Amino acid sequence: MTRTSEEGSPGAPDDASPASGVSDDASRGSGDERLAEVFAFLRRRLTGEYEIDEFGFDPELNDRVLLELIRPVYRHWFRVETLGLENVPAESGALVVANHSGTLPVDALMMQVALHDEAHRAVRLLGADLVYQLPVLGHLSRKTGHTLACPEDADRLLRKGELVGVFPEGFKGVGKPFSQRYRLQRFGRGGFVASAIRAGVPIIPCAIVGAEEIYPKIGDLPVLARLLGLPYLPITPFFPWLGPLGLVPLPSKWLIEFGEPIRTDDYDPIDADDPMLVFNLTDQVRETIQHQLDVLRRRRGPAFQPLF
Amino acid sequence: MTHTVLVTGVSRHVGARVAGVLAADPDIGRVIGVDTVPPPSPNRDGGSLSGRTEFVRVDLRSPDIAQVIAAADVDIVVHMSLVSGPARSRSAMKEHNVIGTMQLLGACQRSTTVRRVVVRSTTAVYGSAPNDPAVFTEDSEPAEVPHSGYAKDAGDVEGYVRGFARRRPDVVTSTLRFANFMGPGVDSPLTRYFAQPFAPTVFGFDPRLQFVHEDDGVEVLRRMALEDHPGTFNVAGDGVLLLSQCLRRAGRTPLPVPSPVFRFLGEVARAARRLDFTPEQLALMCHGRVVDSGRLIRELGWKPKFGTAAAFEDFLRSRRLSGGLPAAVADRLSDLASGRSTPGPG
Repeated sequence: MTRTSEEGSPGAPDDASPASGVSDDASRGSGDERLAEVFAFLRRRLTGEYEIDEFGFDPELNDRVLLELIRPVYRHWFRVETLGLENVPAESGALVVANHSGTLPVDALMMQVALHDEAHRAVRLLGADLVYQLPVLGHLSRKTGHTLACPEDADRLLRKGELVGVFPEGFKGVGKPFSQRYRLQRFGRGGFVASAIRAGVPIIPCAIVGAEEIYPKIGDLPVLARLLGLPYLPITPFFPWLGPLGLVPLPSKWLIEFGEPIRTDDYDPIDADDPMLVFNLTDQVRETIQHQLDVLRRRRGPAFQPLF
Repeated sequence: MTHTVLVTGVSRHVGARVAGVLAADPDIGRVIGVDTVPPPSPNRDGGSLSGRTEFVRVDLRSPDIAQVIAAADVDIVVHMSLVSGPARSRSAMKEHNVIGTMQLLGACQRSTTVRRVVVRSTTAVYGSAPNDPAVFTEDSEPAEVPHSGYAKDAGDVEGYVRGFARRRPDVVTSTLRFANFMGPGVDSPLTRYFAQPFAPTVFGFDPRLQFVHEDDGVEVLRRMALEDHPGTFNVAGDGVLLLSQCLRRAGRTPLPVPSPVFRFLGEVARAARRLDFTPEQLALMCHGRVVDSGRLIRELGWKPKFGTAAAFEDFLRSRRLSGGLPAAVADRLSDLASGRSTPGPG
């Protein structure tokens, strides 16, 4: 009984229902309180009395609206399980480096929910410039805490002690054909490693298993993609044949693992300019993630569990 | 020793205020204000030229300015006559901004008395593009250099200032890149935009904006005029506001339109001589712009008093604008909700 009433009024003392001890009263009081809180929230939103950071991150909108919309997909559609959360620092800056797959970057959003809900960190993802050219997507991406993948933004976020997330494969990873699943693509020029060295923060290798099966890309329409200014236009078993219905991701089972941090604070910040060192460290991160992926994929077993 | 200061652009609000605070300084013997048009009315609050400022009407595009500098033994020049419009025509505005600066700097270069030059520029020189870094520092390389309008003029002006600083290394040259000015006396395309009941926005974009309060702007210019701080500095209030946030705080109704329609509305406003609309403004309304003022704060050991939000609030207060209606509705609803809960315990 006492446990429920404590849960009913988090933080603030409950004036409306004093120590009557009746659980019915307590839950009603908390219901009104919640309603008042909802109105206070609406008031803040309508009058613009909330704060955003210099990157355009709106924590309140993110926590209470945007993540709330993605969460059911995370919990019930993909049934995401997380491993290795102890490797994510509780407060200090770090760079999470993950594999990228799934034709649409759904994996980035799932990683964001995982780190928010399970590690209580707002991850600041670095996105492709295409995102910021598009209407709607660009500002929503900023409001949810993402920013453009460029060294300036990465350095700035890491200097402020933020948890930064990056997908070095970029479009090569997210847009690769289904036959290439769970095979890491090239890791760019390793700019993310240079940023981590400059900030002296650990790199946390992250493996995401499950995203590869959500939209199996079995073909591509390169000419149409180029006309639309997109990096690729996928053909999946259901898209474009089923129209918008083909955009429903397949309910694969997901596992997200955060690996042991790779330290960079032994290096001098000037080492970030040493291409050999950066390449070697990039390779090390890439191999670690590939190994994690192989183990995690075996551990998961089939992507789609039999229904009966 | 007392100084003689030349201030350009004194017929406009911030220029007049800077001339006023400099004239009030005991270290300064004379303040000479120049502009192409005479200052508006001599006795308006704050924004007027105070008694000690001597006004000289000079067309900056003509070489007359050299005579003014030589005749008065000017040793400090504060150049603030960069205009963003509304201008009679684009070419007139460009001549005023660019040719005017060239004449002024040419006169400074020949002068044997000038020791310090302070130039007002704008953060618009960084442009505004989707692939720009989120926060510009003074050394940032913009993805797309502005190629039209006010922003291009400011970029050209900065180029001439750099050239001048190279040729006259003995003169302390400071360039100040100001974010949009905000405050009770500011009249700019942006303040006019926020004063309209309906504010067209670009559909699907919510730019990040930054303001600097006019009081802080005046203080920065005063300090730069009186102390040696060579270099280029961003000047903006702390923090960021989204356009949607500004409109909500101002109680304005956003009118999202596709970007071609926004551009069309801008051209209409330009034709009506209400503002000088350029593609750069469309880009700003899409992608916004944020700068880092850290260098200025470290150099001066001083921080702008008003953050971006506080500067905007002060502007709203002076214009009696507020997000009244939605706030009142939300308050009424939450009163109803709490009213229902109070009789509960009995």
